Amino acid sequence: MARTPLAPHAPRSQPSARPLIGTRIRERRLLLGHRQAEIAQRAGISAAYLNLIEHNRRPVGEALLVRLAQALEIDAAELASNREEMLLGALREAAARGNRDGLGAAVELDQIAEFAARFPGWATALAAATRRADGLERRLVAFSDRMTRDPYLLTTLHEVQSAVTALRSTASILAETPDIEPEWRDRFHSNLDDDSQRLSRTAQALVAYLESFEDDAVPMSPQEEVEAWITAGQPPPAEATELASDAARVMARDLLRWQAQDRGLLPDAALSAAVAELGEAADDPALIAARLGRPLDLVLRRLGMLRPGPWAQAGLIVCDGSGAALYRLPAPGFELPRLGEGCALWPVFEALAQPQLPIARLIETTGGARFASWAMAERLLPMGFDGPALSRAQMLIRAAQPRDQRPALGVGPACRICPRPACLARREPSILGPA
Amino acid sequence: MPAAVDVLLIEDEPSISEAVRFLLTRDGWQCESWPQGLGAIERIRLLAPRLVILDLMLPGRSGAELLADLRADPALSHQPVLLLSAQGTEYLPQGADRVLAKPFANADLRAVVRELLDAT
Repeated sequence: MARTPLAPHAPRSQPSARPLIGTRIRERRLLLGHRQAEIAQRAGISAAYLNLIEHNRRPVGEALLVRLAQALEIDAAELASNREEMLLGALREAAARGNRDGLGAAVELDQIAEFAARFPGWATALAAATRRADGLERRLVAFSDRMTRDPYLLTTLHEVQSAVTALRSTASILAETPDIEPEWRDRFHSNLDDDSQRLSRTAQALVAYLESFEDDAVPMSPQEEVEAWITAGQPPPAEATELASDAARVMARDLLRWQAQDRGLLPDAALSAAVAELGEAADDPALIAARLGRPLDLVLRRLGMLRPGPWAQAGLIVCDGSGAALYRLPAPGFELPRLGEGCALWPVFEALAQPQLPIARLIETTGGARFASWAMAERLLPMGFDGPALSRAQMLIRAAQPRDQRPALGVGPACRICPRPACLARREPSILGPA
Repeated sequence: MPAAVDVLLIEDEPSISEAVRFLLTRDGWQCESWPQGLGAIERIRLLAPRLVILDLMLPGRSGAELLADLRADPALSHQPVLLLSAQGTEYLPQGADRVLAKPFANADLRAVVRELLDAT
């Protein structure tokens, strides 16, 4: 049985949803030189209501957004663009970096939205610089890992050290043993020649190998490589430039294997046909599962992979029993944090704690975007009844219907950059102020 | 019955092996060598050396694994071992009597060997 959309203890989102949209509406109006009353009249609302919207004190529904966009002579999609939400996420990351690096002055967190709206160029430049710094940091970690774990590098360094050891001992023997027998002297001279040539060759190979690090465009963890590969549309692993490491290629092939297995159990044609036949009822994954006579967890994964009809903008998160992501495909506007991070309130984790129980929740991001989500976890017994049971959970998310005005569960991207001060699920302090 | 062996050097680098054997032999020690991890424990049992000089990175079976085998074997658990390591000391296995980092000075090697053999 599906759960109620909001648990009693869950923090509720504030009414000042989508703060940036209000600010952008105000900016746009002032840019055009109109009074609030004019735009309000064109949009069919009162000037007082528009004033509340412009100060981010009222949410903007989809229909009203379209009318306001027409009144402001701008495309509605542009007015509500998710790009700003992504920009806000990047700016929060920049604030986090500033805090972590111990900047002298505190970042004005309560003015992030206004900063992004008033100075989009500066905001974009700061976000880009932060992303670049993050990228460089990841490169550094990747290089550090490589220096300590790369088998080729370890073997080559060992070879260098062995040659140096042999050269040092042998040269000392020749220098410190004047009465050395001619046979031994000749033998050691020959060894010196061999070892010095070996050292020369190995050193050259080592330099060439280290230089190749510079050409390495994908200094990411295997999980990050796989995520980049998913975002690129999952090209064949053998040709995918996103999959730089052997580990990532193995993970990608494993992923393709279970996708193929899922496809075998629920072919594309059957799923597309069921979605088409169900019409509006296809908004409910449980009804699709019932129509097809297939398990709900399978239907959730397949909807997230195939994305038929109304599911074209759906996102999918699949994780194992430890909560580690096996697959992440974001829905537009649902900001995914770095790999390894996540919000404990995401329904996928709730499902993990209650295997076989379908969970449907309306959730709302810190930026005010609302999403419908469906999650379910299943128990797997690859080692039989005697072995430990493994778990896998999946969550399908999609932008909520504008008409769905039920209270939503407020979730975040990850505690570190989540501005919900009273969240009971918080596991670490946020570096941001309240939303 | 093989002659009594003072030192068994387990080292896969021929040049290092030759240099060490030359040094120790000139110091008067009876020295034998073995070039790999595989068969090394059997060689120790056969020769019963007073001291084993063990390289850490060996083909077949690593010096760390051999050291663990020695310490787990009641008949060999007290075998004195000098470990030659090319790695940082933080990764060194437990159980060696002494450790010498590569590249080493010949004088250091000779001094440590004398110290360990005098103690047996």
